[in-house]
Amino acid sequence: MNDSNTSLISIKDLVFHRGEQIIFDGTNIEIPKGKITAIMGPSGTGKTTLLRLLGGQLPPLSGSIHIDGQDVGRFSRKQWYLLRRRMGMLFQSGALLTDMNVFDNVAFPLRENTALNERMIRHLVLMKLQAVGLRGARTLMPAELSGGMARRVALARAIALDPMMIMYDEPFTGQDPISMGVLVKLIRSLNDTLHLTSIIVSHDIHETLAIADYIYILSQGKVVGEGTPENLQKNPSQWVQQFIHGMPDGPVHFDYPAVEYYQDVFSFEKTP
Amino acid sequence: MILQQLIILGKASRAWLERLGRAYILFAYMVWGIPSIFRRFHLFIQQVYFLGVFSFLLILIAGFFVGMVMGFQGYHTLAKFGAESSLGVVVALSIVRELGPVITALLFAGRAGSALTAEIGLMKVTEQLASMEMMAVDPVKQVLVPRLLAGIFVLPLLAAIFSAVGILGGEFVGVAVLGVDSGAYWSQMQSSVDIYNDILNGIVKSIFFGLITTWIAVFEGYDTVPTSEGVSRATTRTVVYSALSVLALDFILTALMFGEH
Ligand SMILES: Nc1ncnc2c1ncn2[C@@H]1O[C@H](COP(=O)(O)OP(=O)(O)OP(=O)(O)O)[C@@H](O)[C@H]1O
Ligand SMILES: [Mg+2]
Repeated sequence: MNDSNTSLISIKDLVFHRGEQIIFDGTNIEIPKGKITAIMGPSGTGKTTLLRLLGGQLPPLSGSIHIDGQDVGRFSRKQWYLLRRRMGMLFQSGALLTDMNVFDNVAFPLRENTALNERMIRHLVLMKLQAVGLRGARTLMPAELSGGMARRVALARAIALDPMMIMYDEPFTGQDPISMGVLVKLIRSLNDTLHLTSIIVSHDIHETLAIADYIYILSQGKVVGEGTPENLQKNPSQWVQQFIHGMPDGPVHFDYPAVEYYQDVFSFEKTP
Repeated sequence: MILQQLIILGKASRAWLERLGRAYILFAYMVWGIPSIFRRFHLFIQQVYFLGVFSFLLILIAGFFVGMVMGFQGYHTLAKFGAESSLGVVVALSIVRELGPVITALLFAGRAGSALTAEIGLMKVTEQLASMEMMAVDPVKQVLVPRLLAGIFVLPLLAAIFSAVGILGGEFVGVAVLGVDSGAYWSQMQSSVDIYNDILNGIVKSIFFGLITTWIAVFEGYDTVPTSEGVSRATTRTVVYSALSVLALDFILTALMFGEH
């Protein structure tokens, strides 16, 4: 995946810290155009942080990020706002605007960013809601939706401006088996029919292996494994095998970094 | 030991100064974003309506009570000098110049300011602000600027209502209960209260109070640590900081306006 002609996003030597904590430590990731790329890794490795770096909501400490051929490292606020019109993002919680109904939520990016008249907007909104199967729910308020429905509305909103790419933060968590299946199909069909580039952040192995074209596994600030789902399953690396088979311990530690347990237990003066 | 205390103190003051800095940066950014309100004028109207309705009844009731208390207090002091007929002047001046703007601002901070902080803080917790950014909509222009302007616009109106109701409350006690002559109450007030010196200065005060309370409220909401505990702490801070700022600013403005001679 080093062919930069087919990459929509290329991340080189990315470094990012949160206080003392090193989140990314020279990470390299290529996101191919038109494909579904999954970023996987244990909880707290910085998957959400990566999406925020790509959306320009956090600045990297060093390294470069190229999106659609542009170096976004020196982007001004204005340039970011222009670029974001071409990015869709599905937040972990859906993040619908709670003071407006489903229809207005999907219409919001259109009303704010385009000069379309209300008839056109209505047309587009109904089309997007139809795509996620919620055209009939357009007068409901976000508080009246189930978690799965809210996420589908958020998906309709994310594709409202016909973006070139869409980022999904944990789209599968908290979905029942049926809506899970619907969602997996939806992500695939949106990607293929709208010619999107999709980035999925997840730790649900089965769904991700089923849907992704290419997978990166992150751990402790580094890419510890990458490849197509088939290759990854054959990958001899212990790290990759541990993650894919969900074993609690191995080279990747489940625990947040700490001093040895016995040291903590037997040290009385150094509280907490 | 003392060194450690000093280090803690130093860290705390640094964190506080940093917050102050962020508040000023946000303020400058909001001022820069004010022209965007013409594209979203309906949001401004909406907020004027919300903030006004939030505090309206509270202001009416508080104004009437404060006016009645001023009626009693003023009457007893004036009666010692046989000047009961000046009750209207005393009530009107103390309310229009001082109590109206200050008490309205304090009530506004407690009612509308805390609600603003909680609303914006919750929008941050539920990632609504971040999602706006990703939809290429600036949350400062979309959410904060309309609220700031509405606060600056609404507070003088509320203070005017407070003053009007307060003067009626003073009349109720003075005229109906204590038997001051109604004609004297109103005519002395009319001849002694000055449009420019008294009423306009009161309005200027409440414009400043509206600015500072709403600024604090939107900043605290926007700067919330995105957890439910963070929101509740930010709400408390809004009320405390607004109240202190209003009282301190009142001193400064009063000294500037009436401190001469
Ligand atoms: N606002 C913040 N301030 C300080 N540290 C943070 C902040 N947000 C996240 N972190 C830290 O950054 C690390 C990565 O967080 P992130 O949310 O990116 O994880 P994640 O991979 O998305 O996890 P999950 O799968 O649980 O969503 C975490 O260890 C967290 O402690
Ligand atoms: Mg996450």
